[in-house]
Amino acid sequence: MMTRWLNDKTIRGYIWQAAVLIGLVVMLVFFVRNASENMVKAGIASGFNFLWRSSGIDVPFDLTGYSPSDTIFALFWAGVVNTLFVSALAIVLATALGFLIGLARLSSHWLLSSIAGAYVEFVRNIPLLFFVIFWYFGVIASLPQPKDSVSLLNLFFLNNRGLTVPRPIDGAPFLWAWLAIIAFAFLQWGVSRFAAARRARTGTSFPSGLLALVTLGLAPVFALIAASFWTGWDVPVAGKFNLRGGTVLIPEFVALLAALVTYSAGFIAEIVRGGLLAVSRGQREAALALGLTQGQTLWLVVIPQAMRVIIPPMTSQYLNILKNSSFGAAIAYPELVSVFMGSALNNTGQAIEIIAMVLAVYLFFGLIVSFAMNVFNSRMALVTR
Amino acid sequence: MRTGTLPVWQKRLFGDLPTAIVTILLAVLMVAALVPILRWGLFNATWNGTTRADCVAGGACWVFIKARFGQFMYGLYPPGERWRADLFFGLIGLTIAAIAFLRGRKRVIALSAITLFFPLIGVWLLGGGYGLEPVETRNWGGLMLTLFMSIYSALIAVPLGILFALGRQSELPVIRIISVIFIEFWRGVPIIAVIFLASLLLPLIMPSGIGVDRLARAVIGLGLVIAAYIAEAVRGGLQALPKGQGEAAAALGLGYWKTTFLITLPQALRIALPAMTNEFISLVKNTTLVLVVSILDLLGIAQASLADPNWVGMNMEAYVFAGAIYWFICFALSRWSRAQERAT
Repeated sequence: MMTRWLNDKTIRGYIWQAAVLIGLVVMLVFFVRNASENMVKAGIASGFNFLWRSSGIDVPFDLTGYSPSDTIFALFWAGVVNTLFVSALAIVLATALGFLIGLARLSSHWLLSSIAGAYVEFVRNIPLLFFVIFWYFGVIASLPQPKDSVSLLNLFFLNNRGLTVPRPIDGAPFLWAWLAIIAFAFLQWGVSRFAAARRARTGTSFPSGLLALVTLGLAPVFALIAASFWTGWDVPVAGKFNLRGGTVLIPEFVALLAALVTYSAGFIAEIVRGGLLAVSRGQREAALALGLTQGQTLWLVVIPQAMRVIIPPMTSQYLNILKNSSFGAAIAYPELVSVFMGSALNNTGQAIEIIAMVLAVYLFFGLIVSFAMNVFNSRMALVTR
Repeated sequence: MRTGTLPVWQKRLFGDLPTAIVTILLAVLMVAALVPILRWGLFNATWNGTTRADCVAGGACWVFIKARFGQFMYGLYPPGERWRADLFFGLIGLTIAAIAFLRGRKRVIALSAITLFFPLIGVWLLGGGYGLEPVETRNWGGLMLTLFMSIYSALIAVPLGILFALGRQSELPVIRIISVIFIEFWRGVPIIAVIFLASLLLPLIMPSGIGVDRLARAVIGLGLVIAAYIAEAVRGGLQALPKGQGEAAAALGLGYWKTTFLITLPQALRIALPAMTNEFISLVKNTTLVLVVSILDLLGIAQASLADPNWVGMNMEAYVFAGAIYWFICFALSRWSRAQERAT
């Protein structure tokens, strides 16, 4: 009787699951009890009330208008914004550089593709922290003093105190420009849908690609240029001892950004190369044989298929950049891990709450992206039998 | 028609006008970049001497690396005991030799023996006790520590990763969900945060009186994160396996454990080996992050050595040396991984 029970697959499954679950719960209870005992002994408070206390922590680089008299929650928010700011910029620049290197690697020019290949091999086999430290202590620290800044077009000034950039005096025109860009994107989306539907119904094609060039390419550029003329600019001026005006991007920020971009570009280049190589020659040849033009072949056949290969690893690379922005903690760029898990934790001692909040931020973005990825995959997946 | 290498190169580099222009442009750029680097690192560099005063040529001062070589390799490990670290390096060399030169059954036996005894012998050699003079982990450092952390984190990560990969493929919902949560959690958080977490939380969740060594915390933290990535690599291997393998084993009357450990897992691991090696490369690179909890691995010791008032301004020398070592280790591993990929 007993052996027959034990040999039943379903019953054994239940027994296994129950055993694992009980083991896990016992372990968790053990840890939690130890933690609460240790915390009582060390006199550490628990709960999230500390968030509303005044922080007293100075943040050297901030976009939220934070000041040390603000609450610890405001400090948390300043850290989140700094993390997102450096990640977003790094994603844009690394994508651009990575595409260039990836295309160079596929170039038929031997020397060009070799140099791109050497760059990729060099970058991928060295720790990111090495890049961060190298840019910070090796490059930026050895730049000249502010009075002999390296200037680019007399607009950007690089020195050992960071990068000084022009600052728009009024933000409103840019807000309008961005609203216009979003409106154009919606317009493009609507027109493409209409064009696709009409092509499916009647077969007449509509130059929505040409329109996209205007709505997604020229119009946004024009809007941003117009906005930058509209607003005044506070341009840095080289003085006798120092620079006047402009906004200073601190050296930690510049070093972290440079490290993230140079490092991630090597990985993005490989993704781009892999994606373009994954589209077999037959696809292009078949499309041309069917009478599609070169442009149609590229836009309707090659790029959509390459994108299906490129986008999933690319998003995980973007998530990596977001997570890797925490390397800023090693050089005290005030991103989330550094200000919250570092400074705020030292001040309050509430390790569990603070660690939970920091991890929750990263997991939140990870969840959003993987959700978007699943939607994308289900739309893009090859329909097979 | 002429044959030989020269015309081929001529055609490659100067085949037509645009090609030639690009070649010349790139060559100019390369010369402009390489000449100062070579002048600094080779032609104007100082190789012989003992102090900073010997470096007068204006180029790199490799004397600094020579003077600091012991620290770069062993950290603050007591000089009289460094032969133990050398033995540790020797053990690693033996392992690599066993993987490279032995084949078939001999290789299996050698590697099983190594996996069984290496971990204990390594800790005993470096940490001491049982006849050897104890050396506290805070005196460990340099390349020795980088390798130690990489290997011991991998020793945690590989079994755990295989376990969770099997769990994620399991038909039992509770086990599957637990595995998914474990994997996605550790993959979703930055490693630097995990190292902070491990160094803060591990002492907190242990019964009072039981301390967890600072280095052990870092190794466990790294091990947990890499386990999640290894699990995904192994899952890739399991999914790449034709379904028939498992079904055939079941039809022959093998149960779950026999099917897994005799049929599916060995094949899946072979498929997953290149991906697992890539995760090991990223582990080697990520061991540098222990810098934030003041453990001095190779990069940490390079950074710390810059504070020496007798050797001011040696940043570039220290970084180039440390960077080159990381590069060689990771490059060798990635080549090996690629060779494995081609072999399967």
